[in-house]
Amino acid sequence: MTATPAKPASAVAPPAPAHDLAHAFKDALFSALLALGLFGVIMGLKTEQEPTGLILEQHWERVLWAVGIVFVGRLVLNLTIWRRPGGKLDDLMPKGLQKYGGSTGTAIGVILIAVALTLPFLPGAERYHVDLGTLVLTYVMLGWGLNIVVGLAGLLDLGYVAFYAVGAYSYALLASYFDLGFWACLPLAFILACFWGIILGFPVLRLRGDYLAIVTLAFGEIIRVVLLNWSEFTGGPNGIGQIPRPSFFGLEFSRGDDGFAAYFGLEFSSMHRIIFLYYVILVLAFVTHLVSVRLRKLPIGRAWEAMREDEIACRSLGLSIVRTKLTAFAIGAGFGGLAGAFFATRQGFISPESFTFIESALILAIVVLGGMGSQLGVAIAAVVMIGGFEYFREFEQYRMLVFGMMMVLIMVWRPRGLVSSRAPSVYLKERKKVGADMVSQGHG
Amino acid sequence: MAHATDTILRIDHLTMRFGGLVAVDDLSFEARRGEITALIGPNGAGKTTVFNCITGFYKPTEGRMALAHGSSDAFAHTDELTASPRQSWSGEGQALYLLERMADHDVNAKAKVARTFQNIRLFGGMTVLENLMVAQHHYLMRASGFTFLGLVGAPRYRHAERAAIERAKGWLERINLIHRADEPAASLAYGDQRRLEIARAMCSDPVLLCLDEPAAGLNPRESAELNELLLGIKREEQTSLLLIEHDMSVVMEISDHVVVLDYGKKISDGAPDFVKNDPKVIAAYLGVDDEEVDAVEAEVTQ
Amino acid sequence: MDYFLQQLINGLTLGSIYGLIAIGYTMVYGIIGMINFAHGDVFMVSAFAALIAFLVLLAVGITAVPLALVLVLIFAMLISSLYGWTVERVAYRPLRGSFRLAPLISAIGMSIVLQNYIQIVQGARVKAIQPVFTGGITLHEGELFDVRISTIQILIIVTTIVLMTVFSLIVAKTSLGRAQRSCEQDQKMAALLGIDVDRTISLTFVMGAALAAVAGTMYLMYYGVIDFFIGFIAGVKAFTAAVLGGIGSLPGAMLGGLLIGLIEAFWAGYFSSEYKDVAVFAILAIVLIFLPTGLLGKPEVEKV
Repeated sequence: MTATPAKPASAVAPPAPAHDLAHAFKDALFSALLALGLFGVIMGLKTEQEPTGLILEQHWERVLWAVGIVFVGRLVLNLTIWRRPGGKLDDLMPKGLQKYGGSTGTAIGVILIAVALTLPFLPGAERYHVDLGTLVLTYVMLGWGLNIVVGLAGLLDLGYVAFYAVGAYSYALLASYFDLGFWACLPLAFILACFWGIILGFPVLRLRGDYLAIVTLAFGEIIRVVLLNWSEFTGGPNGIGQIPRPSFFGLEFSRGDDGFAAYFGLEFSSMHRIIFLYYVILVLAFVTHLVSVRLRKLPIGRAWEAMREDEIACRSLGLSIVRTKLTAFAIGAGFGGLAGAFFATRQGFISPESFTFIESALILAIVVLGGMGSQLGVAIAAVVMIGGFEYFREFEQYRMLVFGMMMVLIMVWRPRGLVSSRAPSVYLKERKKVGADMVSQGHG
Repeated sequence: MAHATDTILRIDHLTMRFGGLVAVDDLSFEARRGEITALIGPNGAGKTTVFNCITGFYKPTEGRMALAHGSSDAFAHTDELTASPRQSWSGEGQALYLLERMADHDVNAKAKVARTFQNIRLFGGMTVLENLMVAQHHYLMRASGFTFLGLVGAPRYRHAERAAIERAKGWLERINLIHRADEPAASLAYGDQRRLEIARAMCSDPVLLCLDEPAAGLNPRESAELNELLLGIKREEQTSLLLIEHDMSVVMEISDHVVVLDYGKKISDGAPDFVKNDPKVIAAYLGVDDEEVDAVEAEVTQ
Repeated sequence: MDYFLQQLINGLTLGSIYGLIAIGYTMVYGIIGMINFAHGDVFMVSAFAALIAFLVLLAVGITAVPLALVLVLIFAMLISSLYGWTVERVAYRPLRGSFRLAPLISAIGMSIVLQNYIQIVQGARVKAIQPVFTGGITLHEGELFDVRISTIQILIIVTTIVLMTVFSLIVAKTSLGRAQRSCEQDQKMAALLGIDVDRTISLTFVMGAALAAVAGTMYLMYYGVIDFFIGFIAGVKAFTAAVLGGIGSLPGAMLGGLLIGLIEAFWAGYFSSEYKDVAVFAILAIVLIFLPTGLLGKPEVEKV
């Protein structure tokens, strides 16, 4: 809570060191006082529920720590990074990635793909890593799906998790009521999610900006509350269990003679299914990627981007905003649905708890942190966010706190995300990147 | 100018009210096929409002705006179409559209009316070429089998896309921007942006092109280039032009027909020479102060 | 009829709390055009501050209810203002004038930070207090039950009315209000005319946070239970209220708050309490379809 950049007087002109020091000290003292006000009572006095009622426990040592950290941290920052005129956190960013499109971007992309393809067979890869890879890829896929809506079409969607839930529940319910398999349900989940994307799209067609954000958020909550309360159909808070696992061209990952291991003459191992699931999501993510890259080069994708740039100009060129918005919502939602169906089959159990607002926020954060519209950026952001998030699992209590702080810091550091330039969809001579300052952010 | 008296657009009793304000008041005029019709008038006369009504961005309070494809014979069906609930009539290579009944995107997609904007509206983050590709949306959309064929990379779509790029290239050469094709539109200079917006509108294949102050903010050289471009469009394309303009040198030099608005009403209508000597027009532009009338007369006769 | 009256009273009380929080959203949105997603969590922090103050007063033996309430309110407003101010400084000011989604993500991050911070330092368990006010007025004695308005309900509604009046006066009459309105119109121009834009925006956050603290204290007194998660739900509802009323409009925020409170109370009373949130959001969606800028929002004239 210490970062308040670009204010100290030292940024105005390089003053004498003594003055600099005095100023840095004064500033740090002020921050410490502020911290005392913020943390003093809230941290120092902890309310505890006792049988006799609430009592207060004193924890003044925590306040001391917090205030001390703020003071020292601020002092150090004042004397280092913010000391130089115009010193900004942005200077710490590697230049290659800032440009992207240079060799750094391509290299990172190639490395990521190579690692993704071989992950289960890399030396030292254990079940934990494959599971983590599967999780990261799920979010990569969700990020790419949402990227169509937010990054390309410029429509702010805070309820994307609803389509994830629609996909998951579609598969779970189809499987338990009609006994359909995963592969048959996958297209159905896609179509159903598309359908719900359109259902949501219709009422919000006329809404712009933050109105759109709040209605999509509301829609996400409605879906969750309905799933939670419609117990006869969805199992309510207990969710749906025993969701069938996917088969490998009809082969189950079971111990029996007709199982995957027996068919290929392998020794049965529970890892087979884990690895198989990993490759399923890898393929799904690749499909999402290929389709979005293709769509961008088709008239429909150009219409999305044009709508983000200027809706009125679009209308003057004969593009129906209704159709353009609905297709973006529908296709974005469809990929969310695919990811949802995969989530259901992977977990084998789903409940409304998996589809809270925080998931939507997380996916949106991945898209924005990655750089809207950039496939590579979204992938990197998903790896960093989900991977980092899992890495801190041991610090259970603190990891959400750190996660939130990271969101703030990364935004302050790079408001347009990691990869902010835009690659044109068509070119005559050379594919020049379009700088972030030119690209519009959409009004929807 | 094969059909000098062939009407393409007929505006009847157009009225647009915003609350108590009457922006356009019972306006009637015609624009002829193959000609450049200019709509002029002092600031706030309601010119842009007329454009917004024609292009479907505003629903007029009252009035009829009929556009004919093919020839003006189509206007024979005006009453019949007005009585019916339909938006358009078509037959024998002709068609008639009632613009006031159409949504803004249909005015472009079906009635083939394109427009530019007073405060240029390009897709700034997209390249110059991409801007021209967006304008060919419907052609490419059909060729891509409404996305499905395009998604699987069908050759038909690839041919169509190449044709669209060729067409865009043709326009870029024409407006001298071919060397900037891969740059973002927002990085262009102001005058280039104006020309690109016109080219983009032309790529949507219009029969009527509405230009909202195309010469605003241009220097004399650019302004002269613009005149060439517009005259070229009139000569070589099957497109009629309707333009709002403040720059009298542009209006007088290129228009065939001028309609003058003041306070939402038509005060004069005729050939440029007629209009510029019309005392009502001079009074409207400059009040009734004699000295200023002299000044403007001197300017327009230059 | 009795049942209806009772739900009306409950709805108005709830709506007052939402309205007080909604003002914070609407003012911030009006002035810098962003959703201060962390506002609901500032409300939650203020409820905790009120709880702690209340326990401290109890411990030192100040039990006179009016005095205690005033002290608790002042303390909660102070703490909450500090949080509002700091959140703006840390998470929003560096992003002002930047990419539109950046402040939103930063705000969501801030919201996560505040929630987890309180969860860590105050524990995840629900905190319950004994009711402070027990009395009330029986308005009508029915056959099945009496229609009652409790002291705390009167207090909440009256406080809300008083604060709303004071607030409208501040915005309409004082130089701060003028500065706020000018920043809403055009920040650059306001700065050129000598208005300290930074300070005005900071004060807007402080004022919003202070009102949220009143709401937080009232919430604590009314429900008697709080936890670290109340900010999210109350925040989303209050934001919904602000949007429903027309974001940027102060009377709109209040109206929206009251409507949301009433919808919730009546839906819970007559249909099912499980689906009350669905009802709230569904009505929001329906209103926005027909009035895309909310009930009292200025209609957006499309400039072509």
